[in-house]
Amino acid sequence: MKNTENIIEIKNISKSFGDKRILNDVSISVKRGEFLTLLGPSGCGKTTLLRILAGFGTADSGEILINGKDITDMPPHERPVNTVFQRYALFPHLDVYENIAFGLKLQKVPTDEIDRRVRRVLKMVSMTDYEDRDVDSLSGGQQQRVAIARAIVNEPKVLLLDEPLSALDLKMRKDMQIELKEMHRKLGITFIYVTHDQEEALTLSDTIVVFDDGNIQQIGTPTDIYNEPQNSFVADFIGESNILNGRMIKDRLVEFAGHEFECVDEGFGEDVDVDVVVRPEDIYIMNRLEGAQFTAKVKSCTFKGVHYEMFVDTDKGYELMIQDYNAFEPESEVGLIIRPADIQVMHKERTCNTFDAEIISEDRVKFLNTEWECKPQTKFAAGEKVKVEVKFSKVELIDHPEEGTLAGEVHFLLYKGDHYHLTIRTEDRDDIWVDTNDIWDKGDLVGINIAPKDIKIIKCDE
Amino acid sequence: MNKRSTWALPYVIFLVLFVALPLILIMVYAFQDGNGHFTFGNFAKFFTDTDAIETFALSLEVAIENTALCILLGYPAAWILANKNLNRSAVTIVLFIMPMWINALMRTLATAELFHMLGMQLGKGTLIIGMVYDYLPFMIYPIYNILEKMDKSYSEAASDLGATPWQVFWKVQVPLSMPGVISGVMMVFMPTVSTFAISEFLTNNKIKLFGTIIQENINSGMWNYGAALSLVMLVIIGITSLLQDNKKDVNEGRV
Repeated sequence: MKNTENIIEIKNISKSFGDKRILNDVSISVKRGEFLTLLGPSGCGKTTLLRILAGFGTADSGEILINGKDITDMPPHERPVNTVFQRYALFPHLDVYENIAFGLKLQKVPTDEIDRRVRRVLKMVSMTDYEDRDVDSLSGGQQQRVAIARAIVNEPKVLLLDEPLSALDLKMRKDMQIELKEMHRKLGITFIYVTHDQEEALTLSDTIVVFDDGNIQQIGTPTDIYNEPQNSFVADFIGESNILNGRMIKDRLVEFAGHEFECVDEGFGEDVDVDVVVRPEDIYIMNRLEGAQFTAKVKSCTFKGVHYEMFVDTDKGYELMIQDYNAFEPESEVGLIIRPADIQVMHKERTCNTFDAEIISEDRVKFLNTEWECKPQTKFAAGEKVKVEVKFSKVELIDHPEEGTLAGEVHFLLYKGDHYHLTIRTEDRDDIWVDTNDIWDKGDLVGINIAPKDIKIIKCDE
Repeated sequence: MNKRSTWALPYVIFLVLFVALPLILIMVYAFQDGNGHFTFGNFAKFFTDTDAIETFALSLEVAIENTALCILLGYPAAWILANKNLNRSAVTIVLFIMPMWINALMRTLATAELFHMLGMQLGKGTLIIGMVYDYLPFMIYPIYNILEKMDKSYSEAASDLGATPWQVFWKVQVPLSMPGVISGVMMVFMPTVSTFAISEFLTNNKIKLFGTIIQENINSGMWNYGAALSLVMLVIIGITSLLQDNKKDVNEGRV
């Protein structure tokens, strides 16, 4: 039976360029009339997915259905979708009217109907009187409007928008956001919107799909994504947040930043390592110390227009970001309270590095395509397949890649209140996770060393 | 005169000596008879000389045919070269462009030799084939250049709006590459109008082009008549290049 509620079904789409995986088994269902945003940092695969939807790129595997019909191999000109391009791609040899009428003329729509429809969309994007203008004489915002008009005049079932506002200045972007939302309401068609701007995504969308590294991190409404991020990547990418290591002591009781807090999460088990997210606006800050859950000393205080942004050092040595309408003097002692409902507890994706490995000799083991020295052992024979565990804090990073046993690049970093949690990507595209107090930047090339005593060899369980 | 404009002095001298002065001399000679008196006689002679007029017409015809053939052969070649799906190698482009780096006279002599070897009768056919061979790279290169730099999102936008690959080609790629075609026409049409060596070698001097007549007159000391003929040709070239300048204004900033 046809599913009439979903207009688009994206099923298990994968795509690689060379040995780089761009999309990894992506599945999304888009409801009819929905405003769906594909959100993620640059290079996360969101634009590739949009191009596959438009027909400009092909997937290595998987299929796409529109209205229950398989369009995976359909050429772009037959697809019932239209695209608003990032750089607009207005035809420079045609004027505004001819640009908008381009699609209708190809469909051999009668001239008087073309005229009526072009004028209607021009009015809709507030560009009446501009039909004879040369597209190059238009400002960025006006070109944007023409690009949208050119796409919607064909009355597509789905409108694809590839970062359409990224070339506009901030004020113009805000205005266009409101207009786009209004346009979506009036047209009642499905919008699929690609952006790297989390605020834009939160403002516009009915549903947000957060991407990173070709994988869907979370699908949800803007409020879900903001209030209940499923992992530390989403929490860090959407809005400002304090992300800390924590431990679930039992249901409704979690420990982080050196204190125990009541929370509303259940079902994690007892004594389980977790990640904890607290939004900076959810920490109550006051001059009184009695009645506070814990205390801190204000390090800095910056006026941000609506609120003040403060960084504080807590009594147990964690750094937290706090936003409040009142300013608190640097160096002053403050009391802090976090309400149970404002603590978001997340499963940890991993608690230590685990690699598939092979024993080379008594004191050598091979993993990540590299031989490492380990503590002499006799439990496993040479050639035996084993697993290796290395604690995050036991991986040593050095400035010079060539001096490390293995070289890598800082791929992602997360501040966890008292240390940084880094993802290091090796040349073979394997990931190593590292806890460190040193400051690294994204893209830094590093050497990786692990002391022999910190390589723990365990049996490969089936 | 400020310091900067003095830097231009060598170029001004060069222009005066090698461009302005010869042009003035052509003008002066064209309106003089053998004794240095002012006359329109040279032009009257040209416009009443049916041989000269016929040669002139033939030259224009050959130039137009050559240019048209170069567009017909060169545009698809440039399109294929610029298409990343069909051509991934820079070597093929160099292979097409390389003949431009070889002296035209040498190429022409080689072509003539080839016709001879194949036993082909030298005449208008061989002239056109040889000319197309000589000038084709000058047509391919500017078109290739503009197609290669063309933002592919224009083509994508067209197909997104429902254009078949053929419609994308005719309605978007061809109009957007017109500046390249016009540069190609300038680089092929203008030199062919004034050519003389090519026709001499490729037709065994059977077919005379306008350039040949100018050359013959100058060689045999008829400087005034030769200058008048040169002036006629300059006017034709001037008109064509004016055409291009106007087109350029329209197209500038569009691509």
